[in-house]
Amino acid sequence: MTKELREKFKKEAMKTIKKSGTPQMDVDLSKFSAEQQSEIEISDLEQVDEEFKKILLNVGVDPQQKERSGTYIQTGNQVAFCKTKSDKVEVLPIAVALEKYEWLQDYYWKAVSVDTDRYTAETELTENLQGYFIHAKKGAKDIFPLQSCLFLDIEGMKQIVHNIIIAEEESELNLITGCTVHPNVRKALHLGVSEFYLKKNSKISFTMIHYWSDKSEVRPRTAIIQEEGSVYNSNYIVMSPVRSLQSNPIAYLNGDGAKSYFQTLVYAKQDSYIDVGSRAVLNGKNSKSEMISRIIATGKSHVIARALIQGNASGATGHLECQGLVLSPNARIHAIPEIDATNPNVTLTHEAAVGKIAEEQIMYLMSRGLNEDEARDLIIGGFLEADTSHLPKELAEETKKLINIASEAEG
Amino acid sequence: MLRIQNLTVSVNHGNGRKILRDFNLNIDEGETHVLLGPNGSGKSTLIYTILGYPGYIIESGSIFFKGKNITNLPTNQRVDLGIGTLFQHAPKVPGVKLKNLMNVCGEKRGERTQKGANEESALEDGCEDLDEQTRKIAKDLNFPLEFLERDVNVGFSGGEIKRSEIMQMMALKPDLLLIDEPDSGVDVENLVLIGKVLRKLLQRDEIPSRQTKAGLIITHLGYILQYLGTLDRAHILLNGRIICSGNPQIIIESVKKFGFDECKICEANQISLECRD
Repeated sequence: MTKELREKFKKEAMKTIKKSGTPQMDVDLSKFSAEQQSEIEISDLEQVDEEFKKILLNVGVDPQQKERSGTYIQTGNQVAFCKTKSDKVEVLPIAVALEKYEWLQDYYWKAVSVDTDRYTAETELTENLQGYFIHAKKGAKDIFPLQSCLFLDIEGMKQIVHNIIIAEEESELNLITGCTVHPNVRKALHLGVSEFYLKKNSKISFTMIHYWSDKSEVRPRTAIIQEEGSVYNSNYIVMSPVRSLQSNPIAYLNGDGAKSYFQTLVYAKQDSYIDVGSRAVLNGKNSKSEMISRIIATGKSHVIARALIQGNASGATGHLECQGLVLSPNARIHAIPEIDATNPNVTLTHEAAVGKIAEEQIMYLMSRGLNEDEARDLIIGGFLEADTSHLPKELAEETKKLINIASEAEG
Repeated sequence: MLRIQNLTVSVNHGNGRKILRDFNLNIDEGETHVLLGPNGSGKSTLIYTILGYPGYIIESGSIFFKGKNITNLPTNQRVDLGIGTLFQHAPKVPGVKLKNLMNVCGEKRGERTQKGANEESALEDGCEDLDEQTRKIAKDLNFPLEFLERDVNVGFSGGEIKRSEIMQMMALKPDLLLIDEPDSGVDVENLVLIGKVLRKLLQRDEIPSRQTKAGLIITHLGYILQYLGTLDRAHILLNGRIICSGNPQIIIESVKKFGFDECKICEANQISLECRD
């Protein structure tokens, strides 16, 4: 990347860093450190100890790399492992990639703007830039997913990540990303910028699982730019406690016939404050977006479930659906579904329902022999099952497996 | 098998109005009864009360099933004893796959047949496990197998909901089957199918000594009855009371001919064909 461009981004970041977010969501960045070195080094991924193996498996990262086309593991702010088996898909640490390919600067801070907020600014200002660059070459079709893990293993650590993912024309990319902390770590901060670029007729299926601790603060910033005929398919799963999490990816469906699907599954526990959503801007003719979120709130958790579809081009269609179960008197789900038509020839619809489990549903299951608790558990258990019909088979199975692991975890 | 004595029931949402008044009914092992009555006579309330749904308040009287007083038992324990219901309005249950609910029914039948004295098998003929039984039942009913993977009744048509109900009862095989308006909102094709299955579940074509199941069919249309073979008894419910009981053929014929208006005259004059049970 050219020095001039770098300087420009740094300057914008300096201006933005003082901006504050919404009060509840503000994180004091100075309370976390990016200096400490992670204690984990991986020379041979197949030889990692049992504890780390379990951590990886919990977020869908298979140390054996069976049925995986590549692996990226970042512990704290170090790249611990980065390898791909495929010659059609490249995986590199972002810093290396920016050195290697000057053209990549055209994708750097293009989907997400550096001055979005103090967290994007902090990401630009970090001394030690990390994250992954994934590049599916033209026509590349790897069946097996690429896996990545962003892992924090030191108390009070600040992890900063900037990812760029590019799917060239006619390529297909399947990704699993797991973000997690060591079981002994409670307080941690994760800032993650992800910029996705989907060229003509490309397809990215992306399953992301978050597995945090009760004092973690999490601020992903994600944007997706889609060309003609491309399909972006996102599944986001968070089922462990977290102190605060704010994520609201935005997809710009600029090309005609582009499609995006967002599925969000949240099991909010304890004091978690979770502000999640997804946005789609339908700029391409006949572009289409669907969003489904299913949320369970227990304990004193507070979930804000956002969804926005904006239809700007004729023939655009969008549907969003939000279902939430509030299972404790101190829990809260605040659904904010928004549909915005700026063109007469668009069709946008939404459905939202939040509250307790309907008594008629419980009674119906009891009339088949289940007791009240069993009836409730059956409904809750199935409520967070993912609809994987949009996903390629291999990723669908992994996604289902991940949801099972996550929903069985204690919290 | 089922004995209801002097039952008076009001509903939560009915301002204390009594829906069933001093209601009595006896159904013995091997018997299938029909309960006819106009809308609002209390037919559905009876079903929900036998099941023990909340919101149906028993002011007085008792319900016995297989000799046991079940008046205050939770719904699922009544089901454990052998009561099954084919609902008129079955709710959508997002999050619960039909396959899983079918398996619940099959499991409950297994538990019951293990404990029970009768020689009923825990699984359908030739089935190794619950999943296989669930698929077999669906196939027998021409029910698309992919629907088993769907959430119960979500996106189902009226006929599909009815067939889902029937399938669950085929898996549960209850000793007493309560059937609420099986013929409402059903096309002829489904009506024939439902009739065929009910006839089998209620053992209508077995010799009398092998008839061990009992049934209560609630209907205000009566279309289903022609498919069920011989029935044991019919009752007419009017304003929360049985005002007339007797030979099903005679009663059904006269209701078809005169409607329930004639019954109202009977009720007013306190005439009945027979003494009340």
